Amino acid sequence: MATPIAEGRSSVLYHRRLFVNRFNLVMSLLAMSFGMIFLLWILFVLFQKGFQALSPAMFMQMTPPPGSAGGLLNAIYGSVVIVLVATLISTPIGILAGIYLAEYGRRGWVAPLTRFINDILLSAPSIVLGLFVYTVYVAQVGHFSGWAGSVALALIAIPVVVRTTENMLHLVPSSLREAAIALGAPMWKVILMVTLRAVRSGVITGVLLAVARMSGETAPLLFTALNNQFWSSDMNAPMANLPVVIFQYAMSPFDDWKTLAWGGALLITLTVLVINILARSVFRQNAAR
Amino acid sequence: MPIDTATAAFSSPVIAERPPQAALRPEPPRPKHDAGRRQDWLFEHVTLFFALFVLLLLAGILIALAISAAPALQKFGPAFFFTNVWNPVKNEFGGLAPIYGTLMTSAIALVIGVPVSFGIALFLTEMCPPILKRPLGTAVELLAAIPSIIYGMWGLFIFAPLFGDYVQPLLTQTIGHVPIIGRLFQGAPNGIGILSAGVILSVMIIPFISSVMRDVFEIVPPVLKESAYGIGCTTWEVVRNVVLPYTKVGAIGGIMLGLGRALGETMAVTFVIGNAYRISPSLFEPGNSIASALANEFNEAADPVHRASLISLGLVLFLLTFIVLGFSRMLIAQLAKGEGRKT
Repeated sequence: MATPIAEGRSSVLYHRRLFVNRFNLVMSLLAMSFGMIFLLWILFVLFQKGFQALSPAMFMQMTPPPGSAGGLLNAIYGSVVIVLVATLISTPIGILAGIYLAEYGRRGWVAPLTRFINDILLSAPSIVLGLFVYTVYVAQVGHFSGWAGSVALALIAIPVVVRTTENMLHLVPSSLREAAIALGAPMWKVILMVTLRAVRSGVITGVLLAVARMSGETAPLLFTALNNQFWSSDMNAPMANLPVVIFQYAMSPFDDWKTLAWGGALLITLTVLVINILARSVFRQNAAR
Repeated sequence: MPIDTATAAFSSPVIAERPPQAALRPEPPRPKHDAGRRQDWLFEHVTLFFALFVLLLLAGILIALAISAAPALQKFGPAFFFTNVWNPVKNEFGGLAPIYGTLMTSAIALVIGVPVSFGIALFLTEMCPPILKRPLGTAVELLAAIPSIIYGMWGLFIFAPLFGDYVQPLLTQTIGHVPIIGRLFQGAPNGIGILSAGVILSVMIIPFISSVMRDVFEIVPPVLKESAYGIGCTTWEVVRNVVLPYTKVGAIGGIMLGLGRALGETMAVTFVIGNAYRISPSLFEPGNSIASALANEFNEAADPVHRASLISLGLVLFLLTFIVLGFSRMLIAQLAKGEGRKT
């Protein structure tokens, strides 16, 4: 039997514990709301300002000088081409490197070290990658170009593709590989036609995520593709692209430029979010099967 | 054992008829087999080539930046990192102000971002109704998908004015009177500056830290948590005394990952930091970070020494993030190894 004093003390302790628990859980709820408020706030502002700026002219005219009407056609075109080329460069490199890490990298030091380096590159500052491409490419040939922009973006995408390819290949059950090998197939056929095919949608998810990441990147394009006020489809010359145009226009003192920047910002964010959601649904469909 | 005797009776003549051990030895190479082996060798080495490409990319970045940075580092020596001069006209450069800005904004981002990320991870693993788990988790991850230039525009046009009008005066009136740290929160509340950049950075790194924390919280074996609940622990006590000690290493790895992100973040910071080569005691004053200095100035830098100075800053940034991210990966891998599975 507890004495009244002990009972009182334990009841104080009990209430204190309950209070600490409730307090911390409420704080955690507030933290969650904090994150959600910022997400909704940013999206709300973006939609409000972006839709005001959206007009058919945006997709049909070139970037204007300050004070006159215009659109973002050359920038949209440039962005699409630069990202497309970067995807074509990074996808095969990333998938092949990922195959090495998952299929051949069981022994030796190459695979663990590469995996480690790749994880670092995955979060490396994109502006430094732009700087790197500037020093080894732009400074050597002496001019900015769309190609350089694509190379810089590809360097951002490669680690993403390597990572997802490797992770996906690890999910393939060994029995599938063994069955194919037992049928007499050479290893490269087993990898390309059995294991890689088994995780096809996972790899596509990785590529889509990489495309989403590239579409929004501004920093690496500043020193590589630069910008171009006019229509240019020459990849060997400075090329207009949405992120850099948005950066330049948003920082400018002209209202019509700022409006265009919001329109472009909405366009980019919608693209990135749609690709992200698409990638997730492709992957989920595969996982459900 | 009728079956055993039957198989034995059936199989013994077969074994006897077969040439001993022939099936176990490799067959003599046939032309077709040879081609397959050559293709295999080729394929393995092609994939190895691209894996090495990724490996050498990092070394290549370091070497290329070091070579391009050499003119500035030779001219100014180690003093480059400790002096606060930035004078393109006289060609004198010292990178202390942007280095300070980078470290300070990242520190502010961590001070705000870590507790919030922890709260989000706690909410998602311990409190959230199962139906909401996936949508809310995805929503937090979408914060990471928003391009950083959007954070920058939102920060400059929407957040900074409100921050300057309401939050900064409030901070001056409250924390501003505290003896030592109060100095940090005094000055003109104009919304643009180191503090605003740090706050926006904190929102940007929350998804990275919280998703790592959520993942490591989820690997705690349920039996550990259940036994703690079984002796009457509250949710908070379970988290504080079971989950956190178990996942400490991984959680720190997540924080380092967020720090690595914050250090290198460019566009959002460039918009709101104010771009001034200054080190002032107040966090309200404009400053500069390495990444924003690069974004703002690099294309206008005509002089080779100016350019090399900026590249030296880029090199510092790369080395910093390299160390932080390497550390982060090692911590997360260590936890995963203890768990007996790969990350």
